[in-house]
Amino acid sequence: MNAAQVLAVVTSYTASPDLMDVLQATILVLVAAGATAVTLIRVPVRQVIALSAYGVLLAVLFLAFQAPDVTLSELTVGAVVLPILLLLTLAKVGGREK
Amino acid sequence: MTPGQRRWAFLIAMAGLAAFYLWGLAGLPGFGTYLGPYGNVINRIAVAQAKATGVVSAVNFEYRGFDTLGEEFILFVAATGVATVLRRLRDERARDASGEARDEAMDREAPPTSGAVRMVALALTGPTVVIGWYLASHAQTSPSGGFQGGVVLATAFILIYLAGQFLVFERISPAGVTDAVEAVSAGGFAAVGIAAVVAGLAYLTNFLPLGTTPGAVSSSGTIALISFFVGLEVGAAFVLIVGELLDQTLLLRQGSR
Repeated sequence: MNAAQVLAVVTSYTASPDLMDVLQATILVLVAAGATAVTLIRVPVRQVIALSAYGVLLAVLFLAFQAPDVTLSELTVGAVVLPILLLLTLAKVGGREK
Repeated sequence: MTPGQRRWAFLIAMAGLAAFYLWGLAGLPGFGTYLGPYGNVINRIAVAQAKATGVVSAVNFEYRGFDTLGEEFILFVAATGVATVLRRLRDERARDASGEARDEAMDREAPPTSGAVRMVALALTGPTVVIGWYLASHAQTSPSGGFQGGVVLATAFILIYLAGQFLVFERISPAGVTDAVEAVSAGGFAAVGIAAVVAGLAYLTNFLPLGTTPGAVSSSGTIALISFFVGLEVGAAFVLIVGELLDQTLLLRQGSR
């Protein structure tokens, strides 16, 4: 495979542009709804779970905008590691709030 | 200031902000417009020049390698900070000699880890390690890289904790070993750059043989090597941070309860 062929493979578009527009608009609306939901939930533990789901939505957003590298980072950090750090903190401080 | 005056102050400020915001929005370039020249230049030359089909990795670890070095040390310093702030203080003692993880809210009903969670977490551990290692070692060929791979590797340790094995988590990631891996791999990235200087090139110049086939795992020279170091550094940093926080849930300040 020469360089030009490789470039063609890595930049080829398999979905139609119209379909991508619909996908991008849909996921933008979902991300806005998810962010609003995270801020409206008042119970910390539930908020963390919603934040995790919001992380997955953001990851899909990055995928729809052709940034698979960022998708991988967001999926692991936003949907897994950050919620775990927050849950551990809640487990630590949960008893002192009362 | 009465509530009425406050409301007016808010409404006037709000109207001003809205006006400037809309003015700014109206002047934005169209959706998806790209004005800079560099992205197009990189797209044209990166695959052939760096022999890497993972162009994002080529940018991160070669064209802008020095920036990435700084970013890596942000994480390194953050992990060091967490370890420093959460160190065991003189008046703290371990809650439980057996090391069993418990939360602080003892009056809350805490159901034991279910068999289903344990099974799923244990079953996912192996595949997670494989995926993390794949991501960290294929930065040069596909959308992946040391950062993503490292975080996925750290997730494997978290899965072991989820399976209810805090003792195992501590045994397979002792703080001393994690610290050493993090430090050595963070230094490894910097050392790759210095090796180029020793060879008489500019810092972080890609001095290893690039290979001939873009997209081969063995191609791209230092990009793959740096990604490997970044993967170890990021994985160790996240395991360290999570481990410190887990440790905290087992600590009790004397006299607090």
